[in-house]
Amino acid sequence: MRPPMHRRRFLAGAAATGALLTVRPAWAITGPQAQGLVQQAVAEVNAIIASGASEAQMLPRFARLFDRYADTAYVAAFALGADARSASNAQRAAFTDAFGTYVSRKYGRRFREFIGSQIEVEGTRPEANYMVVQSTARLRGQSPWQVDWHVSDRTGRPLFFNLIIEGVNMLLAERTEVGAMLDRRGGNIDALIRDLRNV
Amino acid sequence: MPPIRPCFAFLAGLLVIAGCSVAPPGAEIHDPFEASNREAHRINKSLDSSLSAPGAERRPVPAEIAVPVANFADNAGLPSAVLNGLLQGDIGGAATNTFRFLVNSTVGLGGLLDPAGAIGLAEEETDFGETLHVWGVPEGAYLEVVGLGPTTERDLAGRVVDTALDPFGRIVPREVRNAALAARIGDTLIDRRQFGGTVDEVLYDSADSYAQTRLIYLQNRRFELGMAPPGANMEGDGAIDPFALDMEGFE
Repeated sequence: MRPPMHRRRFLAGAAATGALLTVRPAWAITGPQAQGLVQQAVAEVNAIIASGASEAQMLPRFARLFDRYADTAYVAAFALGADARSASNAQRAAFTDAFGTYVSRKYGRRFREFIGSQIEVEGTRPEANYMVVQSTARLRGQSPWQVDWHVSDRTGRPLFFNLIIEGVNMLLAERTEVGAMLDRRGGNIDALIRDLRNV
Repeated sequence: MPPIRPCFAFLAGLLVIAGCSVAPPGAEIHDPFEASNREAHRINKSLDSSLSAPGAERRPVPAEIAVPVANFADNAGLPSAVLNGLLQGDIGGAATNTFRFLVNSTVGLGGLLDPAGAIGLAEEETDFGETLHVWGVPEGAYLEVVGLGPTTERDLAGRVVDTALDPFGRIVPREVRNAALAARIGDTLIDRRQFGGTVDEVLYDSADSYAQTRLIYLQNRRFELGMAPPGANMEGDGAIDPFALDMEGFE
């Protein structure tokens, strides 16, 4: 009676392992996919900077770039952190939208300071369930800066969800900022959403 | 320079180190002096705004001026970096910085040009704060100091010792020493101008500029020292895992 029992247990185990393998999309992203995304984004950033357009013209172009290359919904959800627990789904959706406007404007304004610099993509390494694309920004009169792009295919296609510039983590900076903004508004998410659209 | 001063400063530095408080396990930010730090932050902001006209459109300083000033300031700091490299047992870093100093001080016209960088001898930046880290001294509490900005107990002790021991000041005439000091100040002001928008944003547009400055300083400093990045040990809401966050409603 015992051998079939063993076999059944073995089969169940094998089935479970198979199931685990199939529900592990985390490993689906490859180094070349992640690197391709970053290279494309970097090429567009360089093109916008080199176009010599005014800041007012550059900002909407950066906003579109963010939409296409960044996992804005994840960045928004991470930035809101534990405060999301008390938010309704409608508030969460409105927050993602307002946060996207805020973050693309904020980082778009910063790119101007990188005029005359070059970003070179150097390689990739896997980390946890995503890919880290390492790049170096060479700025005039500065030691080179290490810029890491964290790329995941959570949404089904490769998008970057975090930037680490010389060790400074964008997700943690935005969580600190959003937390402080919310505190200033007495925890009122609707006021926060309204103000984010106008930052 | 009379020999008594560096000894005194070294002792003062050691006293500060002895007082480095140790962060509770798992804490990412150890800030027991937050109230007085916030007061220093407020004063630093008003110093900055009186010096730099925040929010103004600034044209960057032309490269013909900015680059030699940065090179000269950088070159003057190399002997100190060599000394710290040796104290850390980093012979390779000390050798690179020594060659860099020799090449740039001669072929590079006293440090105004950077031919060493052109042949791949990039500076291995270091300081006594890093030496203390290598020696096993803990980071200590976060501090913001009037006129100096963000630091930690360990880094403040490092700055005191670096200033006192600076070998460059001992090997060059007084005029060069003064020029180096002027170049360092100039370099700081040029950087403030080049990255003016980013600094303005952190200091004047953040909802909590103190918290933002603290986060940026600690993350960047830990990165420079090769320490584990913040978030590495976090779990739950703090963990950065794109597949683990509850995304309902956000997309």
